Amino acid sequence: MKRLRALFLLPAWAFTLLLFLGPMLIIVAYSFQSKGIYGGVVEPWTLENYTRLFDPLYGVILLRSFVMAGAATAGCIVLAFPLALYIARSGTRKSLLLNLVMLPFWTSFLVRTYAWMFLLRDTGLLNSALLALGLIAEPLPLLYNDWAVIVGLIYGYLPFAVLPLYSNLERLDKSLFEAAADLGAKPWEAILHVILPLTAPGMRAAGVLVFIPCLGAYLTPDLLGGGKSMMIGNLVQNQFTSARDWPFGSALSLALMAIVMLLLWALLRRDGEELL
Amino acid sequence: MKGRLLPLYVVALYAFLHLPLLILCAFSFNSSRFTVWEGFSLVWYRMMWNDGALAEATWNSLLIAAVSTVLSTIVGTLCAYGLWKKNSKLLSGSLYLSLVTPEIITGIALLATFQWAFRYLQIQLGMHTVILAHVAFSIAYVVLVVMARLRTADPALEEAALDLGATEWQAFRLVTLPMLKPGIAAAALLAFTVSFDDYVITSLVAGVDSETLPMMLYAMARRGANPVVSAISTVIFVGLGMLIVASERLQKA
Repeated sequence: MKRLRALFLLPAWAFTLLLFLGPMLIIVAYSFQSKGIYGGVVEPWTLENYTRLFDPLYGVILLRSFVMAGAATAGCIVLAFPLALYIARSGTRKSLLLNLVMLPFWTSFLVRTYAWMFLLRDTGLLNSALLALGLIAEPLPLLYNDWAVIVGLIYGYLPFAVLPLYSNLERLDKSLFEAAADLGAKPWEAILHVILPLTAPGMRAAGVLVFIPCLGAYLTPDLLGGGKSMMIGNLVQNQFTSARDWPFGSALSLALMAIVMLLLWALLRRDGEELL
Repeated sequence: MKGRLLPLYVVALYAFLHLPLLILCAFSFNSSRFTVWEGFSLVWYRMMWNDGALAEATWNSLLIAAVSTVLSTIVGTLCAYGLWKKNSKLLSGSLYLSLVTPEIITGIALLATFQWAFRYLQIQLGMHTVILAHVAFSIAYVVLVVMARLRTADPALEEAALDLGATEWQAFRLVTLPMLKPGIAAAALLAFTVSFDDYVITSLVAGVDSETLPMMLYAMARRGANPVVSAISTVIFVGLGMLIVASERLQKA
């Protein structure tokens, strides 16, 4: 049995080593080197790329990324909770309702982001409609700001909040709710004091699963923020293209990667058994 | 009170999820170039159809997605089977990590690797680097879907085959593989979708000969309002949507 299994795992190992773990190691090596005169990466070895992470110039972008990802995560959980509760109690229509949440998620991310550009831009649908109704005299600047990016992130990653909350709520014993009602709790009281504390694992999972892609977002701030609302992902891309500072871009990537892994590790340690 | 508010809220949230895309699709049939409805027209689809560069980018995307789907489905299916026999925490951990790694990081890491390969092996960026990158990030999706199918399988069936004199290969080929077929097909459709749709990683590792449809769509979207982008978006949305629905059905089959 062993030999066949080893043979079967070989190609996957090759791809993982050559095109995932290997590249990550190259980035690690680059992050300790210096930028060459024509771009590229040269010696001497240095820690300067990491100390630059604390430069206020970049600190602003890092801080903004955290605030925006945090806002989007909070938004996703608040929006997703009632929906997850509704789906968990909807009997035979469960899978249809869940698929309707997932369907836009699996279709093109680029198209979904473009749909919001179409709605929000100066000549977009919302502004055109408001102008036609005479509610505004000039187009509102809806696109290319932090709010547009947050809306885009919520729209993009809402399913990541719905799924863990749903599977948590689905497993709750329905009689808990009835017991609370029998003891005189109003529905909202039962939700607040009984359901919410019991969905803490689902909330944590939803929080981590939404926060990670939001923190590393590139396309959403790029298209909906229009360069005015840069996040870490855009800074990384910038270092590898126009700024041609690969060592600093590598250090930034690794800092982001470290946060991603720390969050996942914390989640798996806390709730691993319930999630896997 | 809750009894009426919750369904209302749910409808509003589904509208939030689906209306932006549906509105975009609807306006791709508008005869006006502006976002005011003037009448039904296929003019933007005709412009899309007659655009040579667009056709070439679409062909590139289809070719890349087809090749990387075949490769990642084979590699991923074998991998899932191997991990099902005996888990390797290092390999499955790396695959899961690759799923949650921000695309921009995967992209720049691959760019750095290909640049390194260029320096020492004279390998240029082009279709082949895009395909390699796509296989690399699709494998984890395939493993996930095929593994879900394998979890429902009974290991005793293969053991019975082995007891009756089958070789390991025959047990895999004749007992487990046929049962996995719907899962493998679902995984392939998913791999095709994520490959066809990818912009971030592709744009970093593409060469001059490998502009894909999402790369072109991105450039057009940045340039400003253009109803042709709505038409392309509609085609992609409907096409990938059908693949995903098919994939979902197969996963439940």
